[in-house]
Amino acid sequence: MTDNFIETRLRKRYSAEKRFKIYSVSALILALLILATLISSIAISSIPAFTQINIGIDIKMNDDQILQFEEDPENVSWRSLQKKSFYSMFPDVETRKDKKELNKLLSTGAYIEIKKFYLDNPNKLSDNNIIYVPASDDVDLLIKDIIDRDLPQDMRTISDNQISYLDKLISNNRIKKTLSWRLFSNSDSREPELAGLKGGIVGTLLTMFVTLIISFPIGVLAAIYLEEIAPKNKFTDIIEVNINNLAAVPSIVYGLLGLAVFLNYMNMPRSAPLVGGIVLALMTLPVIIIATRAAMASIPPSIREAAYGVGASQMQVIVHHVFPLALPGILTGTIIGIARAAGETAPLLMIGMMAFIVDVPSKITDKATVLPAQIYMWANNPERSFEYLTSAAILILLVILIMMNLLAILLRKKYERRW
Amino acid sequence: MKDVGSMIPNQYKITTSNVNVDYGSKRALHDINLQIEEKEVTALIGPSGCGKSTFIRCLNRMNDLIEGCKVEGKIMIDDVDINSSDTDIVELRARIGMVFQKPNPFPKSIYDNVAYGPRIHGIAKSNEDLDNIVMKSLKRAGLWNEVEDRLDASGLSLSGGQQQRLCIARAIAVNPDILLMDEPCSALDPIATAVIEELINELKERYTIVIVTHSMQQAARLSEKTAYFHLGKMIEYDVTSNIFTNPKHEMTEAYISGRIG
Amino acid sequence: MLLGLSFVSYFYGKRLIRRRVYEQKISQHSRDSYHGLYLSLYLIIPSVILTLIWLASSPNIIDSLLKSKIKNSFPDLSLGEINILKSKVISAYDGILPVDSEQMEMLVNFYNSANIISTNFLIIISALVSVSFFLFALNRIRVRFNARSKVENILKFSMILASCVAIITTIGIVLSLIIETIEFFKIIKITDFLFGLQWSPQIALREDQVAGEGLFGAIPIFIGTILITLIAMFIAVPIGLLSAIYLSEYSKPKIRAIAKPMLEVLAGIPTVVYGFFAALTVAPLLRNSGASVGLSLSSESALAAGLVMGIMIIPLISSLSDDVINAVPQSLREGSAALGSTQSETVKLVILPAALPGIVSAILLALSRAIGETMIVVMAAGVAANLTFNPFESVTAVTVQIVVLLIGDQEFDSAKTLAAFALGFTLFIITLLLNVLSIYIVRKYREQYD
Repeated sequence: MTDNFIETRLRKRYSAEKRFKIYSVSALILALLILATLISSIAISSIPAFTQINIGIDIKMNDDQILQFEEDPENVSWRSLQKKSFYSMFPDVETRKDKKELNKLLSTGAYIEIKKFYLDNPNKLSDNNIIYVPASDDVDLLIKDIIDRDLPQDMRTISDNQISYLDKLISNNRIKKTLSWRLFSNSDSREPELAGLKGGIVGTLLTMFVTLIISFPIGVLAAIYLEEIAPKNKFTDIIEVNINNLAAVPSIVYGLLGLAVFLNYMNMPRSAPLVGGIVLALMTLPVIIIATRAAMASIPPSIREAAYGVGASQMQVIVHHVFPLALPGILTGTIIGIARAAGETAPLLMIGMMAFIVDVPSKITDKATVLPAQIYMWANNPERSFEYLTSAAILILLVILIMMNLLAILLRKKYERRW
Repeated sequence: MKDVGSMIPNQYKITTSNVNVDYGSKRALHDINLQIEEKEVTALIGPSGCGKSTFIRCLNRMNDLIEGCKVEGKIMIDDVDINSSDTDIVELRARIGMVFQKPNPFPKSIYDNVAYGPRIHGIAKSNEDLDNIVMKSLKRAGLWNEVEDRLDASGLSLSGGQQQRLCIARAIAVNPDILLMDEPCSALDPIATAVIEELINELKERYTIVIVTHSMQQAARLSEKTAYFHLGKMIEYDVTSNIFTNPKHEMTEAYISGRIG
Repeated sequence: MLLGLSFVSYFYGKRLIRRRVYEQKISQHSRDSYHGLYLSLYLIIPSVILTLIWLASSPNIIDSLLKSKIKNSFPDLSLGEINILKSKVISAYDGILPVDSEQMEMLVNFYNSANIISTNFLIIISALVSVSFFLFALNRIRVRFNARSKVENILKFSMILASCVAIITTIGIVLSLIIETIEFFKIIKITDFLFGLQWSPQIALREDQVAGEGLFGAIPIFIGTILITLIAMFIAVPIGLLSAIYLSEYSKPKIRAIAKPMLEVLAGIPTVVYGFFAALTVAPLLRNSGASVGLSLSSESALAAGLVMGIMIIPLISSLSDDVINAVPQSLREGSAALGSTQSETVKLVILPAALPGIVSAILLALSRAIGETMIVVMAAGVAANLTFNPFESVTAVTVQIVVLLIGDQEFDSAKTLAAFALGFTLFIITLLLNVLSIYIVRKYREQYD
């Protein structure tokens, strides 16, 4: 064996070492890069959804309308008030067809803003007011430069005439860009410029409430029993294997369970947070049980022995010592489980929680949808504005979920104890 | 220290001068100066936490694996400073075998355990060559007769003492000239310990052996020279019989008479 | 109200026992609060259980009452017409439909009064039950009464019940899937389902057509799922495993402290987000880059779905393999390093073989997650069942078909909806087997080092 031989071999081994290290570090970088791409691509495409374009209309009510308003605001024909006032800003537009085109610049829900304005400011009934109402989604996209105005007319969803009206509005300073607070204050709508997430957010909260009050007590009680009390026998062994398996059952199967048992057999209401919450609770249960058991197993036996030593009963040991010490770990596991449930969509599709629902649910038996299901529905919407809205909704969902996870991490950091 | 040095002939296998080791901000070894002679057994003794294991791990730079561990000073092996940046750590460790406190055979067959070193270093030219190396190493480690007919069995299926001898075979299969042993018998029963001790006595014909032990009797039985460590300092280093019959330092005496430790 | 009452009874029990101790001058067996708890639990638990049972069963009872009422009033209606009329009445009661006829009004009134009677009945019964249990408990309280162990037994019993929920859930899943699946196999032969090469359930929907042979052949969707899953594993296993190796063997603690939570974030992203990412970003990207090299990709290609599913699986594989790699004893690393191996040799020749069972089980878990994943494939894969292995073409998956079959029409008599349950059952069995296998491997592997 010559020195030369050893040296070449060594060199080969070192370059293999280097190569391997490069492979593994690039795998990690790739994974993180994908995460960055995913989040940034969604963040970027959500930007247009966070602002909205409003068009100012000069409105003055005539005496009849004021009288009608004072009788009952519902009596006023808000739509015609909106149309007439808007048309009078464009005296040149005469034909029905052109007027129709002109009106299409405004959102179909524009009159609601006008009504709201007068309801909020009854002292301005007889004034000349400039009221800003949402523009239609095509106008919105055009002003945000997403629709290219230089394209030939038949390749865009907005006509040359409409662009000329818009230019006039712009030069008259009647276009205003505002933050889209309606994302939080409106519920779902077919019109992208009116659609908001309130229904989904409230639905998610209601569903998570049901999930939490079912899965937390049952999960913790079951975990305490299995970890602290249960004798080691066939029965408890079966339960254990069972829980491990349940943790890995695909979520859609839970949806089938909900459909067959809760909807068809028990006749519970469809699309309701009650059923969604129960299904997600069953899905979260194994997560909470496993986390709780891990938290309790990490408490050293010396603590238990000390408590038994002063004559505490088994329950007292658990209630006074083991449970409080394990609580941070239990809460961490619960938060992570609930966060996962809050992002879950598939089982809810099975029990009808993805219907188009305009009303904000107020109790757990109302028809409702949840945030992820709303994202799914919006993503299927062909209109371009919904693409940005979907991204915005995802961003909001992610912020909520990441905050929940951060809370869990902080909790763990703060109360983590090494025995 | 000087008089100890003058006692020993000039050609040393290992010479350390002013070796300091820090774990983070805590100093584990203070100024260790030691000369180790070729083809002898040198024992390191002392109460637990005295730094003897840290020291032996300096000799093949195992401390590099520990986060926040810093080694200063010169360690010359065959007149080459192993801490210099020129030293190739892979080559160095191939020349210095190490046996650990707890037997740690790889979860592979007995054959593959012994063949592991020769394979990675490309020592064997052919399969027959490799078979030979494995056989020779197992024979030298005194394990051949026991495992001859089940080389394919897992290394983990052996008893504790056999596992430790397997680890010795694994170390000598690479053809090192120094063997470091970090309390090789502490996890073994007395019978297995006796077998290993006998083996060490045979091995010193070929290898320079540095052994850390918590048993004074073992040091007395096995070694030519003994160093006594206490709280990160080397207190005394001398011919073994001198250490045990006529210690110069009162702390050494206190330790071997059982008053501290 | 019940809660308030139980609070009151708690304090009442506490005071009662204190007074008795004072009067009788003997030391009590259990502390005051246990007596209070004993009383309030006896007050609250029976009525809560009763209410739950009532709520679960009363809609069915009222429903069948309404049905028989309709039958009696209109004896010449067919069963289907009765069902339609029934649901009309219920929607009218909810205020969704107007009450347009006299008969309708009669039925709605009947339904309404049945509901009111049922609610009143529930209130009276549960009040009676509560009071009698409360009196029973009150009667038993003595100074030397062992209230503590009684309360503890109740607690223990409720814990056992809670543990059984897991089993009940499993039984529920298995039963609900099996019953519908058996119904399905009464219509379609099991061999046609498992080995048939054609899947087109929508055609069987047409009125005049009975679901014929071959239409429910599940092979194309199995193949689709396998294809997508394979692509996903092809992406996720190397990236996940190598990142885990880097994190556990090479990286400095600081990098690890940052990168690990980031991977956990990746794991916490809802799958509907991945689905959107697949449909919005990845699929067009693949189609365009495919077009630029002359490949024609379907916009719902298996590749896009598989790729994004792979991304979703990466953190699962990396965190599970990180755990098993860290569980390899440090002494093996030292032993290998002391023989003069480089770090990558240690990893490849010692650590990975030692961690192999754990890694295999992690991959099996990831596989079962990928097979059962729904949203990504629903949003990025196709609906049409093409029998192909070409990753550039559109395929469908088991979960997609379940969603497609069950959304909209959910009457439980058509072969179409039953097929969804048969698919769900297949899915359940496959993932169950993968899990059991993975748990078995892990258990075996643990024994090695214990």
